[in-house]
Amino acid sequence: MAETLGTSPGPEGFRTSPGPEGFRPVEGSRLVEGLRTYRLIAGMWVRSSMTYRTSFAVTVLGNLLVTGLDFATILLMFSQVDTLGGWSLPEIALLYGLSATAFGIADLLLGSMDVLGGRIRDGSFDTLLVRPAPVLAQVGADRFALRRLGRITQAVAVLGYALAAVDVDWTVAKVLLVPVMVISGAAIFCALFVAGAAFQFVAQDAAEVQNAFTYGGTTLLQYPPTVFGRDLVRAVTFLVPLAFVNWVPASYVLGRPYPLELPQWTAFAPPLVAAGYCALAGLAWRAGLRSYRSTGS
Amino acid sequence: MGSARLYAAVAAGGFRRYATYRMATAAGIFTNTVFGVILVYTYLALWDERPHLGGYDQAQAVTYVWLGQCLYSTLAIQGGGAEKDLMERIRTGEIAVDLYRPADLQLWWLASDLGRALFQVLGRGVVPFAFGALFFPTALPSDVTVWAAFSVTLVLAMVVSFAIRYLLALSVFWIMDGMGVSQFLMVTGIFFSGMTFPLNAFPEPFGDIALVLPWAAQIQMPADVLMGETSPLTAYAFQALWAVVLLTAGRLLQSAATRRVVVQGG
Repeated sequence: MAETLGTSPGPEGFRTSPGPEGFRPVEGSRLVEGLRTYRLIAGMWVRSSMTYRTSFAVTVLGNLLVTGLDFATILLMFSQVDTLGGWSLPEIALLYGLSATAFGIADLLLGSMDVLGGRIRDGSFDTLLVRPAPVLAQVGADRFALRRLGRITQAVAVLGYALAAVDVDWTVAKVLLVPVMVISGAAIFCALFVAGAAFQFVAQDAAEVQNAFTYGGTTLLQYPPTVFGRDLVRAVTFLVPLAFVNWVPASYVLGRPYPLELPQWTAFAPPLVAAGYCALAGLAWRAGLRSYRSTGS
Repeated sequence: MGSARLYAAVAAGGFRRYATYRMATAAGIFTNTVFGVILVYTYLALWDERPHLGGYDQAQAVTYVWLGQCLYSTLAIQGGGAEKDLMERIRTGEIAVDLYRPADLQLWWLASDLGRALFQVLGRGVVPFAFGALFFPTALPSDVTVWAAFSVTLVLAMVVSFAIRYLLALSVFWIMDGMGVSQFLMVTGIFFSGMTFPLNAFPEPFGDIALVLPWAAQIQMPADVLMGETSPLTAYAFQALWAVVLLTAGRLLQSAATRRVVVQGG
């Protein structure tokens, strides 16, 4: 069944090419190797889900509906009011579209990493360690679920509506900032997933904690910062840099005051924040992996 | 008398099964609390704009949020209770073992799910609710009889929740794959139980429709009884009616399934 598919991807999947650099691959080829591993495993899961095409189509639609409920809630709220926290519906739709698209990409790429705790508990994580392929790529691609395109689809639709409906004097900088926000935001959420996975080395059963940051994070960012308490906004700006997914750069695009009166240039900081946060998550992952002790069963 | 002891033992088993994973419970408490905080702020902003929306004042809206977080896993609002195991057992054919047992299939699963729900409310529900009551302005009654009436609606809500999920899970006897059913349960559960938005604050006419559907028995009814918005007897009648209708439907479907369907073998 699915489980056995996951643990035996077939011999041809992981044959390492000897290559000119022999058995001591340099850092760049580690990345290439990782991406190749990821592509092979994810491809296997896609093929497996495509075996039952109707079921796949239904689950994509289901994913779209389930994740779209968040926006349905916002619409329900706006059936009763004209502004929320001083923001109009198109403005909040912009926040929602950016947050949900960025999160949707990260969720598609690394959203199944919460099964790591289960793999550590039942001992099947050891299988991943003995394979000649980067562990992070194997864990990231584990149970790759293409149905998560449903979330991205509804998020992009809302983003499209928001971009058409918001009252903004578009400049080159503002136009360019939109794709930058989506990509940086996805990277920040990816870092959260990796950090959450690293935490599961410490506490196998506590996978749900990361939901508070990932799912909770994307929900939080769907609403304007003016709604939340100042301490909460501080925490998601400086502790977990969620504010850089959309709040800060979108405030620039919409010409609104920045949360916490941050300086103007911070609207262009998301790529830097994302890179720094990804590096930190990578260190956490390495520390977690090094501390791993097999259950031995 | 003997069978009552049997189902009590099954319920205790359900309770203990979920009580085993303490770290997971702590993680769940943390996550429910974080979601509660996020939702509370959005509700406060909304009720700031529209005081008395749905007949609630701000403190009642806040109470509603924390009750929702308290009951989220208790009532398996997005699924994941007994019906998940049941669907898997039908798919693999292990259901044949359950049918062999000298016990009623529906009561067996009901007992197991009530045991789970009881653990979830004590283990996962109480702490986020207490957190909310401590750090946010809530509208909680001081009268013990209101709390007693609330406990009754809570038990009825657990039964209705089970009845919905059991009925739909039985469809796996025919369609074999539970994925679509689970997603249906998730969408309807989250939306129509008023998890994300109180049903009485829905725009008309959707509010009136949502308030008569069985999912209204889950969060809306206990919340309204706790906050004195509905008389307990009205809530009991509504919940009991849906419980009887859905459990009867489940029983009919169950006998049709066990009579006609060939169990999966392997």
